[in-house]
Amino acid sequence: MNRRTIFKGAALGLALVAGPVAAQETKVIGVAIPSATHGFMGGLNYHAQAAIERLEATYPQLDFVLATAGDAGKMVNDIEDMVATRNISALVVLPFESEPLTAPVQAVKEQGIWVTVVDRGLSVPGIEDLYVAGDNTGFGRVAGEYFAENLKEGDNVVVLRGIPTTLDNERVDAFQAAIEGSGINVLDMQHGNWNRDDAFNVMQDFLSKYDDIDAVWAADDDMAIGVLEAISQAGRDDEMWVVGGAGMKEIIKRIMDGDPMLPVNVTYPPAQIATAIELTALGQVSDTPVAGRFIIGSQRITPDNAEQFYFPDSPF
Amino acid sequence: MTDTTAAASTATRRRFSLHTLGPVLALIALVILGASLNSNFLSYGNVTNVLARSAFIGIIAVGMTFVITGGGIDLSVGSMAAFVAGTMILAMNALVPTLGIGVPLVMAGMAVALLAGLAAGWLNGVLIAKVGIEPFIVTLGAMGVYRSLTTWLADGGTLSLNFDARSFYRPVYYDGLLGVSWPIIVFALVAILGEIAMRKTPFGRHCASLGANEQVARYSAVKVDRVRMATYILLGMLVGLATIMYVPRLGSASGSTGVLWELEAIAAVIIGGTVLKGGFGRVWGTVVGVLILSLIDNILNLASIVSPYLNGTIQGVIVILAVVLQRQGKTAE
Repeated sequence: MNRRTIFKGAALGLALVAGPVAAQETKVIGVAIPSATHGFMGGLNYHAQAAIERLEATYPQLDFVLATAGDAGKMVNDIEDMVATRNISALVVLPFESEPLTAPVQAVKEQGIWVTVVDRGLSVPGIEDLYVAGDNTGFGRVAGEYFAENLKEGDNVVVLRGIPTTLDNERVDAFQAAIEGSGINVLDMQHGNWNRDDAFNVMQDFLSKYDDIDAVWAADDDMAIGVLEAISQAGRDDEMWVVGGAGMKEIIKRIMDGDPMLPVNVTYPPAQIATAIELTALGQVSDTPVAGRFIIGSQRITPDNAEQFYFPDSPF
Repeated sequence: MTDTTAAASTATRRRFSLHTLGPVLALIALVILGASLNSNFLSYGNVTNVLARSAFIGIIAVGMTFVITGGGIDLSVGSMAAFVAGTMILAMNALVPTLGIGVPLVMAGMAVALLAGLAAGWLNGVLIAKVGIEPFIVTLGAMGVYRSLTTWLADGGTLSLNFDARSFYRPVYYDGLLGVSWPIIVFALVAILGEIAMRKTPFGRHCASLGANEQVARYSAVKVDRVRMATYILLGMLVGLATIMYVPRLGSASGSTGVLWELEAIAAVIIGGTVLKGGFGRVWGTVVGVLILSLIDNILNLASIVSPYLNGTIQGVIVILAVVLQRQGKTAE
């Protein structure tokens, strides 16, 4: 081995050591979220971008990479690219689906990168440093409690469910547990897939099928819009009220205005992505401990407190 | 000897009638099933609901029949409908200050929808017929483009029509003539005109000859490129027309509008007896196909006899059965 090779090797070694040191001056945080395919994800995208803008202005030493994916495969590619080409020191991810994202995110973790998981958990526990999520059980329970308080024994309700997922199951189970023993009669449950058109069709069919419906748990504000339209088409506005969920601005506005068909709403804030990004950034720039679980409670929105949940600038 | 011939010819005739009547029999069976499961199934309200909600896919599927008969395919119609709806809503909202709320505003919105549909169909047609790219690729690309353009226009959220404009425009979906709502009337007219165009006009025959054998059609002095362009433009305009009926229903469009409409439309066309590889189209069959698809959903909702998780399975099985019924004759021939 001659001297030149030794020098080369030393230089390479030095570069390898120096690389991460130089990178430490600006840290890069990768954010991977599903693309804005429906209202809730639209709001989530809006809040992610808003949080990133705010943090880039506050902390000049932080850089962000935001990637939105339309499917799980694309999300895995995005994450691999972030690690390979942008040398990220932290990853905030809302897994498109739990199973396919578990192994890739675990691989990221094994490289010593901070991992924050949002909303949907991974299928293996303990990978993430920080878990931020809405409260799905609370979401169903808070709605169920309102039904139990405001309906009499023997009253009839119909339920629209979301896309068949564990998340939807948790909500529905909690709702059923909350109304148990109240004597409320659940006539039917069908999937409206968190979609206005599907919910419209399902509600039309519920209205044809049942003469007596006292309340509807639409479980989502997009579905609530479709449901309300179907009810008004049938001219049965006076017979029933509707509870949606997630806090869409149009619905919150109607609650603020005291619409009798929309008495309350339950929060499931898309802004939880901002919570996750903020906490992750805080952990990167300071010694503030941010590891653990952060569950954002589901609150009941009533005409009295609706104003504090109304964000006219958000697309959701 | 004579016996066998006679037997063969009756067999052919029976196969032929089964071949044509397959979808109709499936439809009748579904109606009987629905009526026996729920007494409200044949009520005026339910029948109107089902027909009106079939109208969007139905209008598009009639156009799709021509495209498929001509040997093409269009995967972009669902996204295109979302994009046209979004454009129409934005245009109407922008025109409210100048035109005010009234008939001119609605007419302007309709014109925008038809023009946007025409432009989108024309673009598909040019890329397929003039540039010569495979229709599957062109329309697959267009599907992604329109879907993401809609999401972008809506800033990831939902585009909503101005509230007053919406209230004025609403009767276009909910009201009608003599108790038959407008979407049903328009769907019926489109279907009848489509059937006439397919059977009685040179355009229909040219589509079929183009789909059957392009070379022969070319040698027979059929202006192949022009016919092919025309099928996509027609489909684009029908997407515009469907959107005109769709927007007043919920007054909004988002990235999730019209998801999978393209597959439902294609499925309806094939259930109806049109040949996927082109050369033969049957518009009335398409109408039957659309009704079968809507009825399955409706019956599953009305009956709730199976777990809703299985809805997709039942739909799939019925669709395949409807096609098996009519294809049996085909393969034997």
